[in-house]
Amino acid sequence: MIVYGVALLSACLILGMLIGEVLGIALGVQANVGGVGIAMLFLVLASNSEKFKSMVDGVSGTGIQFWSAMYIPIVVAMAARQNVVAAFEGGMLAVWAGVLAVTASFALVPVISRIGRPKADTDQNEESS
Amino acid sequence: MEILETVFVRNSLVVAFAVVGVTIWFSYLIADKLTNGRIHGSAIAIALGLLAAYFGGKATGGSTGVADLTLLGGIGLMGGGMMRDFAIVATAFGVKLSELKKAGIAGVISIFAGVIVSFVIGAAVAVVYGYTDPVAITTIGAGAVTYIVGPVTGSALGASSDVIALSVAAGLIKSILVMIGTPMIAKTIGLNNPQSAMVFGGLMGTTSGVAAGLAATDPKLVPYGAMTATFYTGVGCLLGPSILFIIVDAIM
Repeated sequence: MIVYGVALLSACLILGMLIGEVLGIALGVQANVGGVGIAMLFLVLASNSEKFKSMVDGVSGTGIQFWSAMYIPIVVAMAARQNVVAAFEGGMLAVWAGVLAVTASFALVPVISRIGRPKADTDQNEESS
Repeated sequence: MEILETVFVRNSLVVAFAVVGVTIWFSYLIADKLTNGRIHGSAIAIALGLLAAYFGGKATGGSTGVADLTLLGGIGLMGGGMMRDFAIVATAFGVKLSELKKAGIAGVISIFAGVIVSFVIGAAVAVVYGYTDPVAITTIGAGAVTYIVGPVTGSALGASSDVIALSVAAGLIKSILVMIGTPMIAKTIGLNNPQSAMVFGGLMGTTSGVAAGLAATDPKLVPYGAMTATFYTGVGCLLGPSILFIIVDAIM
């Protein structure tokens, strides 16, 4: 049943969000801390476990795959509902802060990617340099 | 006209599915015919979405892009946080635990490095523009982290509403730039494997930016980047009004 996969996905998200909220309160932060990331971990664990086999294999799995495939269309809708006007009304200060922060973060990707990478992965190092 | 509006409004989410479907079809057509596949179809679709959001915002004066147009209200639901998170979690289906473990330490470091680097740069820009009040500087710096960290930090510290608006604008610029810039820069920064995607997500942090940027680069990388990115805003909200404010206050 397709709905089993969808239900498993929903359960993972809700559980992750709950933990994220609790983490936020525990840390004294007005935000959900990693709820989606925790939910993703649950789904990874469930899809690798024997116990949940009936909910991720075959037709049930297509219920999850459907939502995974809907990801890009949803992201396009997300782009279409951004407050782009407000972004540009912030003036040059906002533009500089955004542009420079993104540039510096991009530049750090290859630097931090090297941390903790086993030596056997040199082929990947060469690829990224 | 009235009948059209009634049907569109009553079935808003379904309308959104159709409109987004046509947009993506059109984008892939352009990607194929005009750029010979050099630019990813989804990158064009996301850029079109942002462009539409700009005109939608101009036309209505609202804050949710085209979703403020009566006929396209469903875009707001389809592209809202709930559906976005649901689809992001679904992308984790099929991810191998071993890939996640490989980038474990680098992923955690990237989150803290990302928050601090963006904050310092945002704060420095605020200083260059003549701000001397530590609360304003911290709030603008936090805005460069993400557009959620900015207002959360600002309201915790009691910043004025125009400074908070500025911090949101800085975060939005960042998010939009990540959406558009990622596919262009991906090769240069070695963004072609799960590990660098996790580091990328941790450094950029803006969930929307990372979600769209990776989708337009290589959809297979999405779950890895999204995984770390979702911790970023939490860490930012944690550090902004506390340690980072204390440091700024001590320096100014």
